[in-house]
Amino acid sequence: MALAATKNNKSIALKRKGKLKEFWRRYKKNRSAMVGLVLLLFILFCAIFANVIADEDAVTRHNPEIRRQGPSAEHWFGTDIYGRDIYSRVIFGSRISLMIGVFSAALSLLLGGVLGAVAAYFGGWLDDIIMRIMDMLMSIPATLLALTLVAALGSSTTNLVIALALSNLPSFARLTRSSMLTVVDSDYVEAAKAYGARNGHVIFKEVMPNAMGPIIVQTTQSVSNMILTASSLSFLGVGVQAPAPEWGAMLAEAREFMRQFPYMIISPGIFIIITALSFNLVGDGFRDALDPRLKD
Amino acid sequence: MLRYIGKRLLQMIPVLIGIAFIIFFIMDFTPGDPARLILGQSATAEAVEQLTEEMGLNDSFFTRFFRYIYNAVVNLDFGVSYRTMKPVFDDVFTRFPVSIYIALCGMIGSTLFGIPLGVLSAVKQYSKLDTAVNVVAMTMVAMPPFWVAMVLILVFSLYLGVLPSAGATTWIHYILPTITLTLANGSAVLRITRSSMLETIRMDYVRTAQAKGVPRRVIIFKHAFKNALLPVITTVGYIFGSLLGGAIICETVFAMPGLGSLIVLSIKMKDIPVVMASIILLALSYGVIMLIVDLMYAFIDPRIKAKYQRG
Repeated sequence: MALAATKNNKSIALKRKGKLKEFWRRYKKNRSAMVGLVLLLFILFCAIFANVIADEDAVTRHNPEIRRQGPSAEHWFGTDIYGRDIYSRVIFGSRISLMIGVFSAALSLLLGGVLGAVAAYFGGWLDDIIMRIMDMLMSIPATLLALTLVAALGSSTTNLVIALALSNLPSFARLTRSSMLTVVDSDYVEAAKAYGARNGHVIFKEVMPNAMGPIIVQTTQSVSNMILTASSLSFLGVGVQAPAPEWGAMLAEAREFMRQFPYMIISPGIFIIITALSFNLVGDGFRDALDPRLKD
Repeated sequence: MLRYIGKRLLQMIPVLIGIAFIIFFIMDFTPGDPARLILGQSATAEAVEQLTEEMGLNDSFFTRFFRYIYNAVVNLDFGVSYRTMKPVFDDVFTRFPVSIYIALCGMIGSTLFGIPLGVLSAVKQYSKLDTAVNVVAMTMVAMPPFWVAMVLILVFSLYLGVLPSAGATTWIHYILPTITLTLANGSAVLRITRSSMLETIRMDYVRTAQAKGVPRRVIIFKHAFKNALLPVITTVGYIFGSLLGGAIICETVFAMPGLGSLIVLSIKMKDIPVVMASIILLALSYGVIMLIVDLMYAFIDPRIKAKYQRG
């Protein structure tokens, strides 16, 4: 019995490994997806080893003697109006942006996913109520909704994550609902129900894994969306607060001086682009690799 | 058809009330005391307390909300701005046209950019041109609009001095915002056009036309493009709807007096009546735009028209 169980587990593990290998084989053939992956690894490297490759003190230390210096061997990206090293700030900024992007997308996926799944699975009036509320939220532009929420909750990084997650909730709920609906009607779900499986089992073991593809793709891409919106809100002064080295906040600070010191707006902008681009490309790569219609 | 329109308009009412509730609820949490804002920092505590009582701000949340809805629906009275003490729509309606122009410019720019390039890259799938267009599109989505706006101002206003960097008085003021919004939204139109075209190009009727020897140009524009248009129209409509209130960044950087910047200002000042009126107006416009999009479907696709006529 025990032996049979191990053997069974082993074959499941093998099958899963085969799936992953197949996924990777198809993913790496896609050149733009690989570019995205390299960019993503670069940003991850910056975030993880920020304290090795940059100077943590220089992020917040005011140094009037060296303020407003252009790029040099000592300060690669120059120094800002307070004499802080822009290179160190940009590198440490990758931690903030990645954290905000990943956490808010994950939270949005969790909440939206549960709502969408409940709506799809139970249907009826519950479905109607949930989806009508989502429609209402959809008709307020996401940036505006996030802005209103941050204003209500107070400006802080945590509240920014909550606001971003809530304002993107409708798209996750809709997507989960629609991709679940196609699965819910399938024969194997009917079989599981007929077999007497409980709701939780059917949702998490049968429906979820099969409805996952589009959801993974959207989550990856929404990370990039969240990072862009977060930097916009910080730019408007309601997101991450100074002196934290958030890219959008850095650009807001540099805005007044951009005529005399244009270098101040270059590096934070480039880093936002790299980060957002990497998640978009990787998301596209996932979609192509997961799409059975594109199978060769 | 009229019945369908009427039904859709009626359906908007509960949606708008729901949105009003959500915004009223969120704004209730916003820190700040309206009475204090109106009277200023020098006012005495008694005066502030008296005004709070007069404005009915001591009542419970639901009492205030239902009073608001009652006044809005029955008397069409959306209140007075706490900041200017004038009826809210004085401010909202002077700014709304600017927002409409901005959104129109952004929508037209994105369409003119996205549709031709999208069709071209679909027709020449896997060519160098297709790759180049895709790279440009991907980079465009990743660029934060406020950064693009800053770079444009730097180059065209500060260095070259050919275009104004702030204001909304002449059409020249709309050039840089249009470029900004086109860069931000054009790739969405491009990508949907490309994928929709790729789908229709593979349809049987396109192959039939090819087999019949119909000229390539006619196949692309008459057979494929017309049928590929539906999702493109939805996207363009959605862009217009979201730009109406979502061009906040653009309005802020270019100092344009639109609705978006009014909302930002009002949120910061806790000017609840203005925030409510603006967002309700935006949501209403969004609903109307989506209705227009659906009606346009009917003009393009006779099958959908038949469905509407059945009610």
